[in-house]
Amino acid sequence: MTAVQDSAQETSTTEIGRDRRRKEDQRLITGRTRWTDNITLPGMLHLAMVRSPYAHAKITSIDTSAAQQATNVVAVYTGADLDESAGVLINAWPITPDQKTPNHPPIPADRVTFAGEIVACVVARSAAEARDAAELVDVEYEELPAALDLKEAVAADQSNGVLAHPDLGTNKSAFWKFDSAEAGTGGDVEEAIAKARNDGVLIEREYRQQRLIPAFMEPRSVVVDPTGEQLTMWSATQIPHILRFALAATTGVPESKIRVIAPDVGGGFGGKLQVTPEEWTAWWVARQLGKPVKYTETRSESLMAGHHGRDQWQKLTLAAEKDGTVTGLKVELTADLGSYVSLVGGGVPVLGAFMFNAIYKFPAYQFTCQTVLTNKTWTDAYRGAGRPEATFAIERLMDELANELGVDPLEVREKNWIRHEEFPFTTVAGLEYDSGNYEAATEKAKEHFGYDELRAEQQRRRDSNDPVQLGIGVSTFTEMCGLAPSRVLGSLDYGAGGWEHASVRMLATGKVEVVVGVSPHGQGHETAFSQIVADRLGVPFEDVEILHGDTQISHKGLDTYGSRSLVVGGEALVRAADKVIEKAKPYAAHMLEANPDDIEFQAGRLGVKGTDQSVALTEIATAAFASHDYPEGLEPGIDAEATYDPVNFNFPHGTHLCAVEVDTETGQVKMRKYTCVDDIGNVINPLIVEGQVHGGLVQGIAQALWEEAVHDESGTLVSASFVDYLVPTAADTISFDVDHNSTASLTNTLGTKGVGEAGTIASTPAVVNAVVDALRPFGVHDVQMPCTPERVWKAVHAGDGGGTTEAAAPHFDAATGETGQTDRSAGADDPGAPEEGAGA
Amino acid sequence: MTRIELTVDGARVSDDVEPRMLLVHYLREKLGKTGTVIGCDTSNCGACTVHLDGRSVKSCNVLAVQADGAEVTTIEGLAATAGTDGHLHKVQEAFHECHALQCGFCTPGMIMQSVDLLNDNPNPTEEEIRLGIEGNLCRCTGYHNIVRAVQTAAGTGGAQ
Repeated sequence: MTAVQDSAQETSTTEIGRDRRRKEDQRLITGRTRWTDNITLPGMLHLAMVRSPYAHAKITSIDTSAAQQATNVVAVYTGADLDESAGVLINAWPITPDQKTPNHPPIPADRVTFAGEIVACVVARSAAEARDAAELVDVEYEELPAALDLKEAVAADQSNGVLAHPDLGTNKSAFWKFDSAEAGTGGDVEEAIAKARNDGVLIEREYRQQRLIPAFMEPRSVVVDPTGEQLTMWSATQIPHILRFALAATTGVPESKIRVIAPDVGGGFGGKLQVTPEEWTAWWVARQLGKPVKYTETRSESLMAGHHGRDQWQKLTLAAEKDGTVTGLKVELTADLGSYVSLVGGGVPVLGAFMFNAIYKFPAYQFTCQTVLTNKTWTDAYRGAGRPEATFAIERLMDELANELGVDPLEVREKNWIRHEEFPFTTVAGLEYDSGNYEAATEKAKEHFGYDELRAEQQRRRDSNDPVQLGIGVSTFTEMCGLAPSRVLGSLDYGAGGWEHASVRMLATGKVEVVVGVSPHGQGHETAFSQIVADRLGVPFEDVEILHGDTQISHKGLDTYGSRSLVVGGEALVRAADKVIEKAKPYAAHMLEANPDDIEFQAGRLGVKGTDQSVALTEIATAAFASHDYPEGLEPGIDAEATYDPVNFNFPHGTHLCAVEVDTETGQVKMRKYTCVDDIGNVINPLIVEGQVHGGLVQGIAQALWEEAVHDESGTLVSASFVDYLVPTAADTISFDVDHNSTASLTNTLGTKGVGEAGTIASTPAVVNAVVDALRPFGVHDVQMPCTPERVWKAVHAGDGGGTTEAAAPHFDAATGETGQTDRSAGADDPGAPEEGAGA
Repeated sequence: MTRIELTVDGARVSDDVEPRMLLVHYLREKLGKTGTVIGCDTSNCGACTVHLDGRSVKSCNVLAVQADGAEVTTIEGLAATAGTDGHLHKVQEAFHECHALQCGFCTPGMIMQSVDLLNDNPNPTEEEIRLGIEGNLCRCTGYHNIVRAVQTAAGTGGAQ
């Protein structure tokens, strides 16, 4: 290997910032994919689940004899058949030491706790035969009263009301509190409230975060192969590494004997951030029978038994001075866990605990959350996880404050937000926001949106009593992402760390193989990470291969959620790449017969300072592969790996502006325009970033307008198909006006911030604010989500003096078994959400 | 069991199938055409969309026996049957170019439906595109870039 002259700077264009088309696309647009359900192994058996139709019932008997006799049925198992090796489903985040956590077996033996829970499993030679035989399993139940309504559940005890798990003696799982006065991060919120009550403005509201379903497009599927020395599980999961750990920890199989593979995974949105009874059942059955097995859920099963998200009541008190300066914020949450405390479970509202104060300089803050067990599908992370709930609450409150003061919603925000020159800023919740520029994002968004023109149109429509009113909604959001500094997680009693791992292998042929611990399911990691490595190492984008999602290849990682892949995983990647360069330097010095201290790296080559002598990094890789002649004392090779534990979260923010047309005669809400300017720091691939924002927006808009998991009075999920659960179609949505502003994050080398959840977090309050804004002339100050035509129409008619507080009922009243609840009132005279005016 | 004979992605195939077998199951389980996927059980999502004698159908909503004697094109045969000489079909190219897919699970059905839409209406407006793909759900993209992709394909003669 001889040194070559550094002739031309052929790699002068940087990959970072380019709108590279995705490497992932080729297989996806030609159907050459490997979804878990595509996997077929010799002798593979198929599972079908028998599920409870009751929300809460004792299992009195199960007769499996007919099913056992059915054609090609191999076995039928019930909860009573399961032994210790079946394991249990774990909760990784007990948010308090005294949290009540019901035991969560894959298949319960004696009592079902939600409609959809597995009671038996049929194993047959084909999926159709398994499903046919599942119909023959005869289960006798003794129905028990079910705890369904969240507010009733929290009030119940052993003598009054219904308990989801009678043996626990309560439905209350955990109570979690943050108080700025106690934490030393701010003042006493009660003092602020008392002061505002006497001589200021107090906004008191109660908002409902309805229950949502992640509704990823690929139904969950799992294949287990127990043959050979190692047990392999393929699963449509976001978390192959955590899954492997949990299997080992609960089923007695050594971790080193378990290989988990997340092949192509068709979306997750938090819904596949879970360890599931279906996975545990398939694992156990495969081990029992010594045969490969597969289970793929139907969509109805997915909607019914895959975890749900959100589902909170939010009691909120915002204190301000008469001029609109905020002085305190008190948040009292009640969060529905469903019937078990799932993997992250009660931690989801805690992730929101630090975000209610948002971008505003509250001097005093208190957050409490009561998590509650009910007899409904268990809840866990759904895109944003805790932060959309927080953002919704504060952005709705800021609009209410503006309305109270009679000023523009942007004016009251600007009065209270952190100014760009104030960063880094330590918030009342104790977080240090490293960077941001709310003024710039807002200015840009207003310009794109045509804010002033739309306000003028709104006025015209109001003046002319147009039956179609225009509403303009604002959301100036921030979020914390990049989960997470391990020490912070430890202080919050989370069961794992928040680091991430990457390794860079310099192959002999000049190609670069990168192994990452994060596990994509649609985000485009293969493309974005290739861009980062190409720039960092000065190699062609095409020469970089990103490997992921298989614990045998990627031995170390904590997977993908919480907008962490780029900001935590990408940083691990940068550090691994930098280590490669450092390891290459003594090689270069040896090859160029120079002093290692004189070697510098630039654009893929290592050269001697002040000379034209250099050698390509890829040539060093080849030389290290041969290792015929290398420096004394070194080990052969320049491969490197890095594990990175973030020191802080990062804080994307943005200004979202939404215009809706509300037909006051029909209640129909039509999207008119949506503009957002997000600040997500430096952008690796603008094309991918925009795609993330578009998709996030629609999920957030869908919460505002369409989606709701609805249970009937017996606890059956009635929105258990795509007929009833309204995932938006192309015809429901519009094209968006998406731009970004970049203030580099200071918490990672690339200056990036997370983007995966931003659109969802920001858009929901922007849309509801727009709907309410359209209806202000009718005396409406809230419409419960989703803002269906019926609710909007009732809100209009409740506000005109003819309505009552039971207006704007949900489209299924039975969701809670009650009518006329405070959240559903939409009139100005809503007694459940008293609004205290300014001053005395 | 019923004997069926049909052409799938240009190849003649013949099998004995249960009369109740859905076309999508036939494609996936008998022929290994796993490019066509199943996303729901109520024919709402459109992930399983293929062409049956040149028109888009949701293959979860067609029995295999109904395809007897027919010509079926799936995402795997789209480019070849469109005579693109080994290249991608223009709608496939447009989906790649416009970043109209993320997880890609809905993509085969979305592409097959978009091709059908453009066959019917080579120059659709945005509204016509949105209505034309209304029967196909996507959870990742918010449809923004899918609409752009169909427009792009239309502008470059995306219809077969």
